[in-house]
Amino acid sequence: MRSNDDFLSKKIVPGVEGDEIEVDPIRDYYCDAVPQVSREYKRAYPSIIDRFKNWARSESIWILAYGSGCGAIEMRPLMTPKYDAYQYGIQWRPTPRQANLLMVSGYLSLKTLRIVIRAYEQMPSPKYVMGLGSCTINGGMYYDSYNTINRLDYYLPVDVYVAGCMPRPESLLDGLELLKKLIREGKGHGADIYAEKFEWYKANQKKILKSWNMPDYSW
Amino acid sequence: MSWTLRILYALLTLFIVMNVGLLLNGVTRKIYARVNRRVGIRFYQPYIDLVKNYSLTNLVTHGVMFYLGPIFRLTSGVGLILFIPLIYGSQGFSNFSFSGDAVLILYFLFFGTLGMALGSGESGQPHSAIGVARGLAQVTAAEIPLVLSFLSVFIQYQSLSITEIVGAQQSGILQWTFFTNPLAGVTALLAFLGSMMRSPFDVVLAPQEIPIGPPTEYHGAFLGVLQTNRAIFPVAKTILYVNLFFGGAASWPALIPKAFLLYMWSVVVGTVFPRYRVDQSIRWFLKVPLALGLLSIVCIHFC
Amino acid sequence: MQQILDALKQSVMIEDVRKQRDDLVFITVSEAQAVSAITHLRDRANFTHLVILTAVDWLEEGLFQLTYLLNNPAEKKDIGVRVMIDREKAQMESIHHLWPAAATYQRELREMFGISFPGSPRLNETFILDEGWDGPPPYRRDFDTLKYSEETYFPRPGRSTNDPAEYMKSMLYPEVDND
Repeated sequence: MRSNDDFLSKKIVPGVEGDEIEVDPIRDYYCDAVPQVSREYKRAYPSIIDRFKNWARSESIWILAYGSGCGAIEMRPLMTPKYDAYQYGIQWRPTPRQANLLMVSGYLSLKTLRIVIRAYEQMPSPKYVMGLGSCTINGGMYYDSYNTINRLDYYLPVDVYVAGCMPRPESLLDGLELLKKLIREGKGHGADIYAEKFEWYKANQKKILKSWNMPDYSW
Repeated sequence: MSWTLRILYALLTLFIVMNVGLLLNGVTRKIYARVNRRVGIRFYQPYIDLVKNYSLTNLVTHGVMFYLGPIFRLTSGVGLILFIPLIYGSQGFSNFSFSGDAVLILYFLFFGTLGMALGSGESGQPHSAIGVARGLAQVTAAEIPLVLSFLSVFIQYQSLSITEIVGAQQSGILQWTFFTNPLAGVTALLAFLGSMMRSPFDVVLAPQEIPIGPPTEYHGAFLGVLQTNRAIFPVAKTILYVNLFFGGAASWPALIPKAFLLYMWSVVVGTVFPRYRVDQSIRWFLKVPLALGLLSIVCIHFC
Repeated sequence: MQQILDALKQSVMIEDVRKQRDDLVFITVSEAQAVSAITHLRDRANFTHLVILTAVDWLEEGLFQLTYLLNNPAEKKDIGVRVMIDREKAQMESIHHLWPAAATYQRELREMFGISFPGSPRLNETFILDEGWDGPPPYRRDFDTLKYSEETYFPRPGRSTNDPAEYMKSMLYPEVDND
């Protein structure tokens, strides 16, 4: 097992031309600043500019194309001629830096949970999480598994759950419409809730990911 | 003409070109989708994406060069459009073109790619580094026939001023460079495909490729700047081609259809042909277009 | 197949033979003779490919059953060598010197069942539970996964379980008395 100290300690890496490069993983690979609550979240009423921004955010949802479970199969039909989610302003991006919506498609084992957390933290806020299928709601058919989580909302702030095992593409579209409505109403504050209850989320994550070898906030 | 007025005209040019570019981006993706029998995005979707990207908070930077990458990229697009005479004979829409502007424009064509390479290299993302290597290789291969065809045109007219070149083509359709120097024209049209970031030469930026190539780490406003440039740059390049090869334009009604048809040339090719790998596209550019480019130089010198 | 078994019987005591198909036989050998039987099959009978090495937990009998499934690619035959080992001791001779790939299977069995294979390379390194596992080996049957899951993963209250057969009957034909 890679221990925490080994992975994050300073080390000297041989370069291509025989030179030596000093690597400080915490400074070079990660940004360890704690997330902050946005100004929009603190406002009692959204201003007109906020409303306009929210409208733009709701009409241009970029999904991180990452499939953690069987639900990834149900996402593909959304790109095909039959359902074609592009016409509703929904697009897929290959990198978390450019995505706004993290679709957790199905069960999360501990290994995938670690990756999902890292991907979520790398996304620029405002960012949203959608949980697909009963696996993310209460564990689904893996409710008694020794390495599959039961409730996603203890580890990431979930905006919308879509029930089913697995939900069909139609219900995914329905869930996306609901998400758009929430964002338009100014309720898409997942990132701010994550920042507000950051310590609680981190404690839950670290409770099950016992060999935590990243800084606490790894964007 | 006073400088204030010239700057106002330049800003107006930029505004028009950016909007046309965004609309064309949307329409192009709509055409792609319709060919795939999808409904496709709404044609105004690029505007929404742009607003959304500029309104994202929580930006992460990786250093000074990471900031400058998108800015260099935008500079190349804006610089290109500012030094091209848009409308022949119109003092305002000639912008800042001067007697040696063709050299400057050749520089601007390549400038953005280099800036982007430096910027995304600083992000430290391996996918960016691979994308940069591929992108520079492919752009260089496309640039050689492009520069050869441009040189052929410059030799033909014995001039480095785009305004003069346009002026020499005004006496009729048959006086267009495309007809007086067809080899250079064909070479330029082939090289045009390579620099438009569309299929079959978009392996560098394709989302399905290692993730998305150079802009893997760019997000939010950085990506917004890149998107703005992606609207401006192709249109600017199209207008440059109209000026050099298709007789320029003496009025807006003459410019719009010419530029639109030339833009659609890359769209049609992109819709019909599948994507090349990098090595395939380099080989493709170094075969027919390079041979045609050399031939055009030889012909224009000896004929 | 019979010839192979006869040849094997000359050096190894075979406790039980179960013919599944013409080309698939399971034999049971004692713990002490297992490795020599496997070596014989590999070197003399051309069973050159180790398909899988897996274990079954016989909790009630206090035994672990190890199954070495070997394949003869030339004659397209399979033979499964079963070994019963003591569940308390949970230790077996390693066969990584016969097939280097066996070390991986043994690592997995060490982690999931807690069966030790002394001398096997990298045996005590983490195999797949590298998120910091501190419970007992999870594939042992006396490990209660439901209890562990409920203690660790925040179960959502209100979950109920129905027997699918009975439940569907009452949902589809409510008028029939299901007693």
